[in-house]
Amino acid sequence: MSNMIEISHLSKRFGDVKAVQDLSFRVREGELFAFLGINGAGKSTTINIICGQLVKDAGTVQIGGMELEQNLDQIKKSLGVVFQNSVLDKDLSVQDNLCSRAALYGITGEAFQKRLSELARLLEFEDLLKRTIGKLSGGQRRRIDIARALLNRPKLLILDEPTTGLDPQTRSTLWRVIGDLRKRENMTVFLTTHYMEETADADYVVILDSGRIAAEGTPLELKNTYTGDFITIYGIEEADVRRFGAEYEPIRDAFRISVPNTAAATELILQYPEIFRDYEITKGKMDDVFLTVTGKKLTGGVEK
Amino acid sequence: MNGLTALIRRNIKLFFKDKGMFFSSLITPLILLVLYGTFLSNVYEETFRNSLEAAGTTVPDKLIGGCVSGELSSSLLAVCCVTVAFLSNMLMVQDKVTGARRDLTITPVKGYTLALSYYLATLFSTLLVCLVAAVVCFLYIGNAGWYLITADVLYLLLDVVLLVLFGTALSSIVNCCLSSQGQISAVSAIISAGYGFICGAYMPISQFSDGLQKVISFLPDTYGTSLLRNHMLRGVFEEMGNQGFPNEIVEAIKDSVDCNLYFFGEKVALSNMYFILVVSVMAAVAIYVVINVLFGKKKSKRSIRT
Repeated sequence: MSNMIEISHLSKRFGDVKAVQDLSFRVREGELFAFLGINGAGKSTTINIICGQLVKDAGTVQIGGMELEQNLDQIKKSLGVVFQNSVLDKDLSVQDNLCSRAALYGITGEAFQKRLSELARLLEFEDLLKRTIGKLSGGQRRRIDIARALLNRPKLLILDEPTTGLDPQTRSTLWRVIGDLRKRENMTVFLTTHYMEETADADYVVILDSGRIAAEGTPLELKNTYTGDFITIYGIEEADVRRFGAEYEPIRDAFRISVPNTAAATELILQYPEIFRDYEITKGKMDDVFLTVTGKKLTGGVEK
Repeated sequence: MNGLTALIRRNIKLFFKDKGMFFSSLITPLILLVLYGTFLSNVYEETFRNSLEAAGTTVPDKLIGGCVSGELSSSLLAVCCVTVAFLSNMLMVQDKVTGARRDLTITPVKGYTLALSYYLATLFSTLLVCLVAAVVCFLYIGNAGWYLITADVLYLLLDVVLLVLFGTALSSIVNCCLSSQGQISAVSAIISAGYGFICGAYMPISQFSDGLQKVISFLPDTYGTSLLRNHMLRGVFEEMGNQGFPNEIVEAIKDSVDCNLYFFGEKVALSNMYFILVVSVMAAVAIYVVINVLFGKKKSKRSIRT
């Protein structure tokens, strides 16, 4: 599998602020790549460099095997970007917005109508085509944002916090569509998000902290490295839990015990089989990974 | 080409659909209409009548009407051509404020295509509004006292086109440098309130102090206003001559309503006014192009450096 994005030793500073420092990572073709960090960690700077909006100070950036600076026009044709804030023209209709955008990629006439129908069906906005953007709900607008980014059948789709503020149903629709497209068209998705559960399905995750990579790997690798496992045991007394000598917390009708890894959990079960009658073992969550790696909690963009 | 056409269409649609932008672009002409409608037309009418009667001539109402309506119409068109262009072109700044400009530049569209799209869309929108305004003015003059011939009408339309070209280029240069909502409001307010004065629409330049008149004589749009006024009132002055008005009186009226403009004491001929306006349009467009080329080069240099 070839690399869609290859970034080596990327640096960018604004005055005295080092926004991105010696950043190196690769995104493989067709991958869902999650790029995490609190506000100011350097995510947007990196995205802006990838889109050709910002000029880097040092390092190299290759998109689809092409050097960014030398092939920016070519690269732009294969990019789709959804920014955090919708930039649709509020006074124009959905169709007008998409029509003028498609023309910038040379998609007009019948080709546009065909693509419009496809996307309208996929993102379920067939009945909104004549509506003015200003009269749409946040979720409806987001679907149009995504459709606009997909008009040119991008090889690389950059999603900058695409689901912030959306209702669960719209979020689920968006992820379903994006998942389908990834499979069907081998589209690479570069995602930044504040919803850590969305990163659990990512193929690879990079966590940024103060412009540097603080951790990277698949969600499983990160969970195994930065969090332990949890055993939840139901229907036992606290005295039994104390026998384990492990950290635990009582929950509504059970106790949750922290163990370093799955092997330690297995060992505990074998040691106290009489206690483990009704239980489950779960991996740590990506929130825990983020907290361990950065010492900060990420909740809807707010550092805690 | 598809991209340019699509962007022009988008910009035009946004101007006419954004009620705030559209109506604020018409504020200055509306102020003029209210001013004239409420008292200025009466004041001008009285002034004309009194000064002419003092010179021993009686003036038919139709001639007075033609004179006053011609002055109002020329003022209105002179202001419209520039203020509508400025407000219409504010989309260029709004796109920066909302992030739409940034969003557009991630597409393969070239920077010069974007710049050209703003210019051409503004030109089209402004021309449309001003030509409609011109038709309304002709109807008004027709009602008050029509002394225009076909050549006058054609010259007037040419004047409008030239002033719109100038206003669009000027607004493109100014708006290139703006990037916030506050700046949009400030420039809109200055243009709406101030432009009518410096182009001689609210009151004739001849009534300003000598120093101010000299300063204003360096502004190209002054000659645009004068061209409009000359063509609006040519027939009126001809009729005054036919009715036996002394030439001195007619020339005095021409001086008082800025049909005669003086550059450091030298009367500027109509052909020279056209020359000044055309050269100014070309210079303004050239500056706009240079700004965009320099901006583009700066960007690509930064890319090479890295």
